[in-house]
Amino acid sequence: MNFTAPESLIFWTSIIFIVFFILLGKFAWKPILSAVKGREDSINSALAAAETARLEMQNLTAENERILQEARLERDAMLKEAREMREKMIADSKADAQVEGARMIEQAKVAIAAEKNAAMAELKSHVSTLSLDIAEKLLKSELSNKEAQTKLVENMLGDVKLN
Amino acid sequence: MVISKKSLQFLLVTFLACMPLVTFANESADSLQNHTENAAPAAEAHGETGHSAEKEFNATELINDHIGDSHEFHIADWGGHPISFYLPVILWTNTGLEVFSSEQFHHDNEGHHVIDINGQKLVRFNEVIFYADKFETLTEDQRKNGAFAFDARPLDFSITKNVFSMLMSALVLFFLFFAVARSYKKNPKAPKGIAGFLEPLVIFVRDEIAIPNIGTKKYAKYMPYLLTIFFFIWINNLIGLIPFFPFSANLTGNILFTFVLALITFIVTTFSGSKDYWKHILLPPVPKALYPIMIPVEIIGMLTKPFALMIRLFANITAGHIIILSLVSLIFIFKTVAVAPISGAFVVFMSVLEMLVAALQAYIFTLLTALFIGQAVEEHDHH
Repeated sequence: MNFTAPESLIFWTSIIFIVFFILLGKFAWKPILSAVKGREDSINSALAAAETARLEMQNLTAENERILQEARLERDAMLKEAREMREKMIADSKADAQVEGARMIEQAKVAIAAEKNAAMAELKSHVSTLSLDIAEKLLKSELSNKEAQTKLVENMLGDVKLN
Repeated sequence: MVISKKSLQFLLVTFLACMPLVTFANESADSLQNHTENAAPAAEAHGETGHSAEKEFNATELINDHIGDSHEFHIADWGGHPISFYLPVILWTNTGLEVFSSEQFHHDNEGHHVIDINGQKLVRFNEVIFYADKFETLTEDQRKNGAFAFDARPLDFSITKNVFSMLMSALVLFFLFFAVARSYKKNPKAPKGIAGFLEPLVIFVRDEIAIPNIGTKKYAKYMPYLLTIFFFIWINNLIGLIPFFPFSANLTGNILFTFVLALITFIVTTFSGSKDYWKHILLPPVPKALYPIMIPVEIIGMLTKPFALMIRLFANITAGHIIILSLVSLIFIFKTVAVAPISGAFVVFMSVLEMLVAALQAYIFTLLTALFIGQAVEEHDHH
């Protein structure tokens, strides 16, 4: 291997390498490394933000679920209450109706009884009048001749036992 | 997608198919060149075919030429003449700075062609430029180790093949990442296009290299350095694997280059050392009597880490290049085309393996740098 002149290559390598290093450092490595770093940071922060968003979403879903659950319970409670109220109302009105019915029946009975009594009284008076009329007519017809009158008196006297 | 995959495969196959051709061109250029220099008058008399037959193929020379550095970028040969991309030579001579084109040497690497630059007489031998007068006084051995004969040669700050390749890779990488950085400004959303391709690599360096070794608190400060060495080494490793102009320079397989990178890592590590780090080196937790042994050992330990980095990258990449070139050279050593399919298949295999090694070595260098920095910045809770 021929060395030519060692000072030549040593000199130029040092100069070229140092200049090259400084230029690259200033114009290439610094922007490249900072760009790569910046992008990595932005990716990491984006991932972190995505994670936060995911957690928030999860929280939100849980919250929604909870609210929904609450609403469902409330609805059930309301339905139950309504059902109970309805049943109670039905029961109440049934009871009321019964009471009213009973009362009305009672009134009706009283009215019927009053009517019956009145009717009986009327009937009685009618019957009595009628019987008097009949008796009068009978007596008139019976007592139109003497014989018949005597006979009747005898009959009647015959019925009356002197005890 | 299917089309792009196919075209990629096609491109790869073309690259690999061209590889032996280019290497062949190199070899014939060298042989021709050497021949012209050694026996110029004789060469004139003979034809082109005569040259190749006379000159014995030398695989070592070819491989050494390839993995070494040079003042000009050899592209191909045309009609026996090498076509090269001539790079500037920059010398700090006794009389001052001289800049001229490497074309002036006329491909001479044997110290024969003396050139005159503003009164300075210069020659080139084995890719080292000497003062012509002082070159004459050197022995063959001194000439061969001329790179370190600083009194016989001017200081050389030339834009060599490796420097050229390094500049090119730095520019390519800079514009690539500049475009990526700009695309982030325009598009703050998910990355698109080139940014989408490079961002995973940047994140890989951050998440797999920097953070596990340095720790989440302090890694950010070292990210630019780690990214720079990772991509710089990787692209230069890959450029070295492409076997034609303007690529193919063996930059990361050059120990001087890896030396500078390891030195920078050493400096970064040393200057970011925490109190605990220095305490561990200078006041190790052993009996005081052992300090004369332990402190030197710890200091050697500081140096062996970057040294290992330097050697590892250099050896891995150079070894890969040597293996590929050796496999190609087999064809010329056996002097038969029949070997070509076999060595070609091995070259394909090795090239694919080297592509893996290119990324792997860049990763390992970066990983170990991060590890050393991590050890230096670490603060123990108790000691």
